[in-house]
Amino acid sequence: MLELKHIGFAVREGDEELGILSDISLTIDDHKLVVFTGPNGGGKTTLAKIIMGLVTPTSGQIFWNGQDITALGITERAKLGISYGFQQPPRFKGLTVRDLLTLASGDQHLSKDQCCQFLTKVGLCANDYLEREVDVSLSGGEVKRIEIASILARSAALMIFDEPEAGIDLWSFARLTETFEQIHAGGTATMIIISHQERIISLADEVIVVGDGVIRHRGPASEILPQILADTLSGCPVLTKEAHAK
Amino acid sequence: MMENEIDRALLEKIADLLGKPVGAFNIRKDCGCDGRQSTEHIEITGKEDKPGIDIRVKDGTVGETCHIPVIITKPGIEEMVYNDFYIGENCSVNIVAGCGIHNCGDKASRHDGIHTFYVGKHSHVHYTEKHYGEGDGKGGKIMNPQTIVYLEEGASIQMDTTQIRGIDSTKRYTKIICGKGAEAVVTERLLTHGEQVAESDLIIELNGEDAKGRVISRSVAQDASSQVFKPCVVGNAKCFGHVQCDSIIMGPATIHSVPEIAANSTEAQLIHEAAIGKIAGDQLLKLQTLGLTEEQAEDCILKGFLA
Repeated sequence: MLELKHIGFAVREGDEELGILSDISLTIDDHKLVVFTGPNGGGKTTLAKIIMGLVTPTSGQIFWNGQDITALGITERAKLGISYGFQQPPRFKGLTVRDLLTLASGDQHLSKDQCCQFLTKVGLCANDYLEREVDVSLSGGEVKRIEIASILARSAALMIFDEPEAGIDLWSFARLTETFEQIHAGGTATMIIISHQERIISLADEVIVVGDGVIRHRGPASEILPQILADTLSGCPVLTKEAHAK
Repeated sequence: MMENEIDRALLEKIADLLGKPVGAFNIRKDCGCDGRQSTEHIEITGKEDKPGIDIRVKDGTVGETCHIPVIITKPGIEEMVYNDFYIGENCSVNIVAGCGIHNCGDKASRHDGIHTFYVGKHSHVHYTEKHYGEGDGKGGKIMNPQTIVYLEEGASIQMDTTQIRGIDSTKRYTKIICGKGAEAVVTERLLTHGEQVAESDLIIELNGEDAKGRVISRSVAQDASSQVFKPCVVGNAKCFGHVQCDSIIMGPATIHSVPEIAANSTEAQLIHEAAIGKIAGDQLLKLQTLGLTEEQAEDCILKGFLA
């Protein structure tokens, strides 16, 4: 179980303090699929990074399976079963897809068959990719899918994905949502997915709308999706007018 | 031959040799010959007038490997060695050279070698050279290799050089002359640390029509070490040349990367690119999220980069 208690994050700009997140408290039960959504710049990624330890909160506490992990570093959290798929994954000159999957799995003798399984789940063929370097020769979408495969290879208890759909073509996206569905049905991992995609949102047990650094809404997808759409429209007079015209 | 642990360890490091090599070989140890074997196709003979050997590969020799490692195990040794390779026509051979210095003393050990290759028509040479130094004495471990290669029509060389740690001072000079349709591919891997200095001058002259030259240099400079790279490709005919230098800089180290391309023909197509930078923060973070410590992540990135 993941618990966030009164999480706040602020940065200082000159004499001014800018609040990015304020007083966020939430609990995510084991094996749930939770989607963080909301407007750009609302604080979703910061919140996800705080869970992984990539960003240190300025206030509040984080508990993972009852243990206070607020003071733990990234590596220690990774070893406790927390994993994180970056929105814009880095590239590595000289490290191959196989190297990355091997590192992620923690199994030095990870077989080609196992690599193939992870890659297939993100719509890549092991024969084409396993020995390729994760460098600039790969497209953004390819790097992104390899990033997601590396999270699958970790088989962590908590998987965080930051906009997994970004940069991925429609065909691979369909495959990806199936994979999320399968993991969810398998009941072995808790997933937090930052996403704006209706299809991913509709998979969620719970949708958490983060905006202006606070939780604006939370609830089941069936309840939240219409609210998101309504919010989007109400914010823009032109869109609202068009919607009414229909 | 190879009677002690130091010799065995050095030979394994520089030539991947475990036990007696198969095929032609010449092992030079502390200025003397510690073992030599010729084969039906590869003949190795000592030079009469100066230190070094002549290696003659018969026309049509395919798939053979020749090991010519040099090891220095005593402090204070300084030597200059001349090795000449005469590769016949239509051959495809591997030459594994390399030098290992074990210096526990206070005097410098130094190996300077001049390798000259004459590669016959349509022959391919894969030349591997590893440099390695060890021992905790104050004496310097110094290597200054020179490699001169003449490629005849349709000949090619793939030259892979590696120097990972241990060599205090190195000044490398490489010159490759490419004839018609000849191809030179040079990959250089270098890691310096402490106060080591490394310099590498490399010239590929593309003289014949359709000659190709490619340089791929990857280096890491740690601590207060310094590196200077000057790879140069000269196009004198319809040819293609590419120079690519990538370096990772750490701590107070310094790196000068000076890739040069020069064209003396309108048909020459030459490209160079060079980059120096520190390890990217997002790379370290990514590997940490996979459970590696920051140090392990750094090692992993460097190992991959230099692989």
